Amino acid sequence: MLRLDEIVAGYGRARVLHGVSLSLERGEILCLMGRNGAGKTTLLRAIMGLVPLSGGAITLGDERLDRLPAHRVPRAGLGYVPQGRRLFAGLSVAENLEIGLMARGGDSGLRDEVLGLFPRLAARLGQRAETLSGGEQQMLALARALCLRPDVLLLDEPTEGLQPSMIAAIREVVAARRDAGVAVLLVEQRLDAVLPVADRVAFLENGRMGPVVSAGALRADRSVADRYLGV
Amino acid sequence: MEFGPHLVLALIEGAVTAAVLALTASGLSLVFGVMRVVNIAHGEFFMLGAVIAWWVTQSIGGHPGWGFAAAMVAAPLMVGALAVAADLTVLRRLSYDPERTIVATIGLLYIIQQLTLMTYGPEARPVVAPFDARIALPWPERGAEGWQIGWPWGLSTTAWKLAVIGAAAAMVGALWLFMARTRAGLVLRATQADREMATAFGIPVERVYALTFGLGAGLAALAAVLIVPIRQAHYLMGGDPLLLSFVVVIIGGLGSLPGTLLAAVLIGLSDGIISVFFSPTLAKIVATLMVALVLVFRPQGLFGTRAP
Repeated sequence: MLRLDEIVAGYGRARVLHGVSLSLERGEILCLMGRNGAGKTTLLRAIMGLVPLSGGAITLGDERLDRLPAHRVPRAGLGYVPQGRRLFAGLSVAENLEIGLMARGGDSGLRDEVLGLFPRLAARLGQRAETLSGGEQQMLALARALCLRPDVLLLDEPTEGLQPSMIAAIREVVAARRDAGVAVLLVEQRLDAVLPVADRVAFLENGRMGPVVSAGALRADRSVADRYLGV
Repeated sequence: MEFGPHLVLALIEGAVTAAVLALTASGLSLVFGVMRVVNIAHGEFFMLGAVIAWWVTQSIGGHPGWGFAAAMVAAPLMVGALAVAADLTVLRRLSYDPERTIVATIGLLYIIQQLTLMTYGPEARPVVAPFDARIALPWPERGAEGWQIGWPWGLSTTAWKLAVIGAAAAMVGALWLFMARTRAGLVLRATQADREMATAFGIPVERVYALTFGLGAGLAALAAVLIVPIRQAHYLMGGDPLLLSFVVVIIGGLGSLPGTLLAAVLIGLSDGIISVFFSPTLAKIVATLMVALVLVFRPQGLFGTRAP
């Protein structure tokens, strides 16, 4: 479904990704792991068109995403939950969701469907996004991305700094989307947070792709994770 | 004339200044808020609005109202289109870099000013107001039979000045409704909040920037059309509105529409009152002093937010 072929990307003259290849199938959660500075966030940003490629190709189905202007990438079916949430701070919860709905012509039916997954947000529609708690902000970031009705969901450390009940709620929603056929590329730092939901785990080191292993194999033998995460 | 009626006249003059300033500064604030571009050429868009108003009213015969109505439509559209063209050909090529766009808009200022001098000439030219009846204003006076409403000699204003106040207030209200209640306004506010995330949610940010630059310039042109029957069209008339607009947006908080409106009322009324009772020069000194105080004690402005 989503395919990355030898992508090279970076900031100015600093190259961060050195020929990364990866494929993501419909209805799977692929977790991307690596140490700080490995290039995980840059990879997600490159897929979204926010970091220009200097080589390689990104394909969704038959469509070359890297040839689209950045604002057309989400319309092709990619939903993005960035690190640190990055909500539209001065806007209300309802307006943040509206921005998500506008991208792919979503209607109030889709909004109600998404709010059904996050009842806490439904009670705070008029509240400004920056006044929500950290967990609620993360829910809003995920809900905003789901308002695009994405075929592929890119999540950058969605459980960072959250209490266990919030982590469980977000994990439940992500697993449900996977079961509905959405492909999920999940960036996480902690292996424990990944193994309960991931189907495969890919390791990234210094901008180069490491091994991609099944979650089952990783549960049985964590030595690969120890090598790439330095734990 | 006694102090009371004199103060009423000063307040009316101040309200006219505040109304036009609110409209002009809203454009400057909008451009900075959404695009992070400090538009030094904003005053020239104001001047062009006045010059186009003169040209349109001269071209259309009959009752002055027809020409003026046409100018109200043509001037903001033409100036807005010019600003969009400037965005596409200059600002976009500079990737909206804050420093380089300052230099570019300074260049734009001189190009617009000198082209206007070459084509329109150095004369100040009047535009006839669509209506200009003089309105006497009532004032309560205490006589032998108690309080009575009187009509002191000299306490009057023109219908056009009251119309300018009303029209500018209506336009600023419409701008607020546009920003707060429409999808296009929501897109502008989302882009203002986070340009990159706006892109990640399908908003064509560069197109939004072009339209914002056009809208900001159009607002300046609209303000100029309103004021040109009072102040005349001249190729150097852009300086004062630019200076006062910067004063207003710095006091109100760069990019904040409510702050801009409050500061416009503050500066406009103080300008009117001080100009009438003392001198216009002192009014400018006080405005500049207010900016200095704001920069020292609240650099983000009254309604602005500190950079993270």
